[in-house]
Amino acid sequence: MSDYNFAYLDEQTKRMIRRAILKGLAIPGYQVPFASREMPMPYGWGTGGVQVSAATLTPDDTLKVIDQGADDTTNAVSIRKFFERTAGVETTEVTAKASVIQTRHRIPEAALNEDQILVYQVPIPEPLRFLEPRETETRKMHALEEYGLMHVKLYEDISQHGDIATSYAYPVKVEDRYVMDPSPIPKFDNPKLEMAAIQLFGAGREQRIYALPPYTKVVSLDFEDFPFVASKADHPCDLCAAEDSYLDEVILDDAGNRMFVCSDTDYCRSRRAEGHVGRLGEQEGAAA
Amino acid sequence: MQKTIEQSSFSGGFSEPAFDAAYGFRAAMRAMARPGERQEIGGAVPPAGVSDAAGSLLLTLCDPETAIYLTSEFDTPALREWIAFHTGAPVVAPERADFALGGWEAIAPLERFRMGTAEYPDRSCTLIVEMPFGEAPNATLRGPGIKDSRDVFLPAVAPFQKNALSYPQGLDFFFTSGSELMALPRSTSITAKG
Repeated sequence: MSDYNFAYLDEQTKRMIRRAILKGLAIPGYQVPFASREMPMPYGWGTGGVQVSAATLTPDDTLKVIDQGADDTTNAVSIRKFFERTAGVETTEVTAKASVIQTRHRIPEAALNEDQILVYQVPIPEPLRFLEPRETETRKMHALEEYGLMHVKLYEDISQHGDIATSYAYPVKVEDRYVMDPSPIPKFDNPKLEMAAIQLFGAGREQRIYALPPYTKVVSLDFEDFPFVASKADHPCDLCAAEDSYLDEVILDDAGNRMFVCSDTDYCRSRRAEGHVGRLGEQEGAAA
Repeated sequence: MQKTIEQSSFSGGFSEPAFDAAYGFRAAMRAMARPGERQEIGGAVPPAGVSDAAGSLLLTLCDPETAIYLTSEFDTPALREWIAFHTGAPVVAPERADFALGGWEAIAPLERFRMGTAEYPDRSCTLIVEMPFGEAPNATLRGPGIKDSRDVFLPAVAPFQKNALSYPQGLDFFFTSGSELMALPRSTSITAKG
């Protein structure tokens, strides 16, 4: 199976995607239309992120793929294998060793550096889509900077639930201009959107690419009396005792027992390797 | 690389197209994501008078779908044939161009290039400006991709300030010299230095 072009896509497709990425970086938060290709995986499995990664990878890169923070779930494993086979690049599960990280719905806990690139898989790139279904209208709303509807939505959250109930895909404003969907990352991750790495967003089915250059100003929408809060489950990790990481809740049995574990598997593993042990963690040397 | 008399329009392309273009794009992307920061780019050897950086950028980004404008000094049969053979891109008038190549004096005025529409600001021209690097900085850049500020030399200041004012519409620039390039997207705010 060595007969693929480097990184699967043909060169003309890569050039088209690369031009879209450059325009995306020049207009942070703006959704650039691109001619998304069919990929050998179904829509909803990261075809946008895969195309952006394919256009971005060089033979020297080390790729990491995560799905909800985990390196070992189906989506992450199959995309990692896809690029091992079609691009021949090195792969890793260690955040600090990766030069390109493709992610579904999380930002790694460890801070990324200037030489790293974070590629997001995006299902619905248009933050206004659930408020206004017509593309012609939402495009006009972005052009006119008409974002009142989004604030009404957040206000209705408060009036119905007493709080902004949006907990993931929490809308942000980029450089005081475009309202952007950060993809369905938990709002806990929103403050990390201002980072040193290049962030690229690919939506395959919806045929949009957008981007955030390093240190771009990204502000989560809120109100003066209801400021944005980056919330997480109020527990330490039961395996590594981390207080500062985003947690998944795992039901253990029918008796109501549950545990909370880091969603970032690499972060959790590296902490356990350093000797941190949580409530249900096993001592060093035991099976992980 | 040394340009020899034997060079033809068929030579000077990428020797490993997929790999050279991947490295070329990484340089272009890092440049666009960090305005004013210089990046190394190479792989192509265009006809005499054109920098390797500009030639490599053209081969990385251009194909039959992208129209190129060449200023009169660059609009030579040798470069036209080289672009036609290696990219297939048509050479057009500035009003229709997706990419433009030239020196600063000849590429101005900027008003003749497409700056995108309010709804599709991405439908704008990318200008590749050949100029010498290494002169003393005359402008300070701030904005996306720049941690605090970055001092650079620009061939002029006022036209780029005007371009940034029309954000999110506007033009994006690559400056090329030898085997180096740097970028100035429309999102960067520019103040004259000194």
